Amino acid sequence: MAALVLAVVMLGEVLAAPVDAADPLESARWGDMRRAFFADQPVVFDARVKVVAPLDAENPMQVPVTVDAAELSDAREVFVFADFNPIIQVLRFYPERASAYLGFRIKLQQSSPVRAAVRTGDGVWHVGGTWVNTVGGGCTAPSAAATSPEWQRRLNEVSGRQWSEGPLAGRVRMRIVHPMDTGLVAGIPAFYLDELEFLSAEGVLLMRVQPFEPVSENPVFTLQQGAPGRVRTMGRDNNGNRFEAWIEP
Amino acid sequence: MRRVFACLAFLLFAVPGGGVSFDYGLVPRELAPGVYVFVGTTEDFSTRNGGNIVNTGFIVGTGGVVVVDTGPSLRYGRQMRAAIAAKTEAPIALVLNTHLHPDHFLGNQAFADRPLGALAATRSGIERDGNAFAENLFRMAGDWMLGTESVPPTLELAEGIREFAGRRLRFIALKGHTDADLAVYDETSGVLFAGDLVFNGRAPTTPHAEVSAWYAALDKLEAITREPGFRKLVPGHGEVAQDAAPIAQTRAYLRWLEREFAEAAAAGLDMNEVLARPIPAEFAALGVVATEYRRSVGHLFPAAEQKALGRGAAR
Repeated sequence: MAALVLAVVMLGEVLAAPVDAADPLESARWGDMRRAFFADQPVVFDARVKVVAPLDAENPMQVPVTVDAAELSDAREVFVFADFNPIIQVLRFYPERASAYLGFRIKLQQSSPVRAAVRTGDGVWHVGGTWVNTVGGGCTAPSAAATSPEWQRRLNEVSGRQWSEGPLAGRVRMRIVHPMDTGLVAGIPAFYLDELEFLSAEGVLLMRVQPFEPVSENPVFTLQQGAPGRVRTMGRDNNGNRFEAWIEP
Repeated sequence: MRRVFACLAFLLFAVPGGGVSFDYGLVPRELAPGVYVFVGTTEDFSTRNGGNIVNTGFIVGTGGVVVVDTGPSLRYGRQMRAAIAAKTEAPIALVLNTHLHPDHFLGNQAFADRPLGALAATRSGIERDGNAFAENLFRMAGDWMLGTESVPPTLELAEGIREFAGRRLRFIALKGHTDADLAVYDETSGVLFAGDLVFNGRAPTTPHAEVSAWYAALDKLEAITREPGFRKLVPGHGEVAQDAAPIAQTRAYLRWLEREFAEAAAAGLDMNEVLARPIPAEFAALGVVATEYRRSVGHLFPAAEQKALGRGAAR
């Protein structure tokens, strides 16, 4: 194996083309991920991109994931994906004024790396990730909402809170009622939030989030805003249902 | 290469009919005249223990035997039935399931020719989810589960005292661990089968828990242990006790979980941060506590979180 890696590195030198380091997670799908999402853009594995998730996820419908790339300066875009999920793209977020930090939960269909790729201003993608083992079935099980009519009355209902003191000062947490149906369950079309924004009271964009189907039902987001103050959150789902709410300090 | 051969040899001889017997080693322990228990380990389901992590039992009356829970698999149920038959010639009069969790009813198949009873919500829950539970146990316990299928109870049991098989049995309909938890108190011997409302030396499981109802159930069970005739408490998991100590332990653990999650949610912690919190010394010695704590975060933290986030958002 070591010889093979060496050979590849040498070949790379001969062709004078950039060659990626080996995938630290040793996923058989990394090559496909590299080609599909980053094409000819530069990619480096970077320990400063921290992805926190349990090694063994008890509930494949609600796997907590925290992406923390706050150590990287000039993070412009964060792309979160899971190599072996039937829907690979989990979400993208654009930190703007907030930290390159986001907590959320996802549905996993089987054990998979969960990765975050952070694009810095120079166009380089910095990739970090972790393996999550799970019993599976997270994407093809119906949401609780799909089996109960109650959610229709509460669709897009937002609750949220901020913490302005102590070690978590600047933290904003937001929960929104939404089934986040993947479209992989027979007879239940994809129905999910696909646009979310957090803005300061003055209307300055703190963070834009673009969730995809694998984000868990009734999503909860945790972020760190730069300075305390009222936060406005707004967005919509793929059926055009809009929401808007304030999260007070 | 030698290891490969060893594996192949194992496969050849371990397949049913071969060397591995899938013997749960069920030996009934007599707690009182005519009252027996099979005590399982305080572990999680595994291919090593075959799911024998549960306590089951039986009560022998003059007219027949009442079986309390049937274990995690067809094999367990069959072996349990054989062990019962080795103790008494009395026919099995009633088989009951204390609640809908798979380690308590998947042996029903071995008793399918006898009356199978449970509380109404247990019955409907097993009808709905029984085979999904079985599939999950196949994954965790492997070939021990061979041939196991869910056989839901057909008889609906209600709370009350019943003269049954020549004994005075008190059926107590409770909830909290699940939607319906049946406890059985044998007034004749003073033995209380508490089901999974009570754990002893093993961390409680919470996938269907409603903690406030669980406290109320524990209070009722504790009251029984104060009755003059009380002798022994059989928890759903863990060693048999002569007092209410396992009830206090279960209550203390649940209170800690509830407080822990409320505090974490109020402090603004995300689920990953809650998962990383340490287990206090008081509970560190409980069987599989690290695993059960992590599971409970998934089961119970979202509600605590929702409560904490409920304030502060304006529409």
